[in-house]
Amino acid sequence: MDLIRLKNVEKKYKNGVTAIYDLNLAIEKGSFTFVIGGSGSGKSTLIKMLYREEKPTRGQIIVGGLDVAKLRNTKVYKLRRKLGIVFQDYRLLPKLTVYENVAFAMEVIGATKEVTRKNVLRALEEVGLKNKVHNYPDQLSGGEQQRVAIARAIVNNPKLLLCDEPTGNLDPERSMEIMKVLDNINKTRGTTIIMATHDKEIVNSMQKQVVTLKDGHLVNFKKKGTYIDENN
Amino acid sequence: MRIIRMLGRSIRDAFKSVIRNFSLSLASISCITITLIIVAIAVMASFNVQNFTKEIEKDLTIVIFLNNESTEDDVARVEQELREIPNIDKSSITFESKQEVKESMQKESEVFDTVLNEWSEDESPLKDTFQVKVKNVEQISSTAERIEKIEQVNTVRYGEGMVDQMITAFSSIEKVTYGVVIALVIVTVFLIINTIKLTISARRREIGIMRLVGASNFTIKTPFIVEGMILGLLGSIVPVIFTTYGYLAFYNHFDGYLFTQLIQLIKPEPFIYSTAGIVIVIGILVGMVGSAGAVRKYLKI
Repeated sequence: MDLIRLKNVEKKYKNGVTAIYDLNLAIEKGSFTFVIGGSGSGKSTLIKMLYREEKPTRGQIIVGGLDVAKLRNTKVYKLRRKLGIVFQDYRLLPKLTVYENVAFAMEVIGATKEVTRKNVLRALEEVGLKNKVHNYPDQLSGGEQQRVAIARAIVNNPKLLLCDEPTGNLDPERSMEIMKVLDNINKTRGTTIIMATHDKEIVNSMQKQVVTLKDGHLVNFKKKGTYIDENN
Repeated sequence: MRIIRMLGRSIRDAFKSVIRNFSLSLASISCITITLIIVAIAVMASFNVQNFTKEIEKDLTIVIFLNNESTEDDVARVEQELREIPNIDKSSITFESKQEVKESMQKESEVFDTVLNEWSEDESPLKDTFQVKVKNVEQISSTAERIEKIEQVNTVRYGEGMVDQMITAFSSIEKVTYGVVIALVIVTVFLIINTIKLTISARRREIGIMRLVGASNFTIKTPFIVEGMILGLLGSIVPVIFTTYGYLAFYNHFDGYLFTQLIQLIKPEPFIYSTAGIVIVIGILVGMVGSAGAVRKYLKI
């Protein structure tokens, strides 16, 4: 079954730049997909449209049964509760501890203390940070901070995890750690993962589904792929 | 159950934010305090003006003197015609015959008593009189004119010039106080919008993350609105104390009358409590409206 379906999606920004041209795409439930392409290829725009940070100019986007393009501003939270998002810059709250940062995502949707505690500890264990529960973000390394962000993204058991260049700020070794964590989440929880990246090494070593974008056009969609060099 | 949990969280966050941004909170609290003190004064002034206009209106009587030669038939006919004038309060029509006027004057002083006794019934300069009250004081002069046209009516008196002036003066005082209250409330709303905007921009990152993890607009908005209400409530403490004790002192100092016996102040109880209530409600509403206005901008995507 498809979790995400895009039909004739076009995105034109107000300044006249077209980021995505007529994109058709279907992504299966439980899959792990890389979205690759150089800068300006539209991969970030695609991710942003999936969590309704940007609205498509034309076309239809269905995520987990929700018509994202038609979602009103006041109802966006319904989509956001179905998915987790991880960014390059972590986006943690500096004044909260690791535990509080992860629990924040459950608190704001009104979960009880007991459920919050159980889910937060489970998520932190999955990313391997159970021993840093009471630390503050600035006491952690970049890789650890990103793992906190991943824990926050999965704590509500979302069907979909969107990652926008999660390894962009990390060295290759830390990047591989993050990839192991993501792969593990994909396998044990069955969470569908879509990850935008331009890191060749990662894409080649993971051997996952690859969507290649170039200048806003879909140029390749491989079930088990490697990074296609733009020059080829 | 979930709603209660979320509300609890909102209130907790609001208190945290008031304390964390204390200097900013203090700024808006003192703004609200000053505004509310002036609002309280204006409210009390306008209630008092309303009160003594009403009191004066209640006491305002038109006295109608009939001609000396009027007969009992005339009296009955004049009374009938008075009853037909719509602006006259029918139950207030009272008649005093020459004889009654004479008696009441004689009772008032011994000088009158001796003078009046020297006149015989026919020579007496006293006249039969009617006293009536009007329903609408603003039309008193046209009503008086109409009464003057009735046959056998000699003169009509209601203290013309002074009453007219007082009524216009009071109604303009009332309008000015309303204007002042409304202007002040608007200014305070804008001040609060700005203050809360500052506290919000300090928490922009947090709001952004709340949106990302699926917090509804209601969840994001409520703490700020509660914060505005808390600021309004804290800002109304001093004005409430000022209102209750200030008015009490004012009332006692002037013994309940302002300048003349004519202008009577409203009794402090329960007046001060209702005024304090009004001040608190205005404070909370102003804080609420202000913060709702400030937070709106940040909830668009």
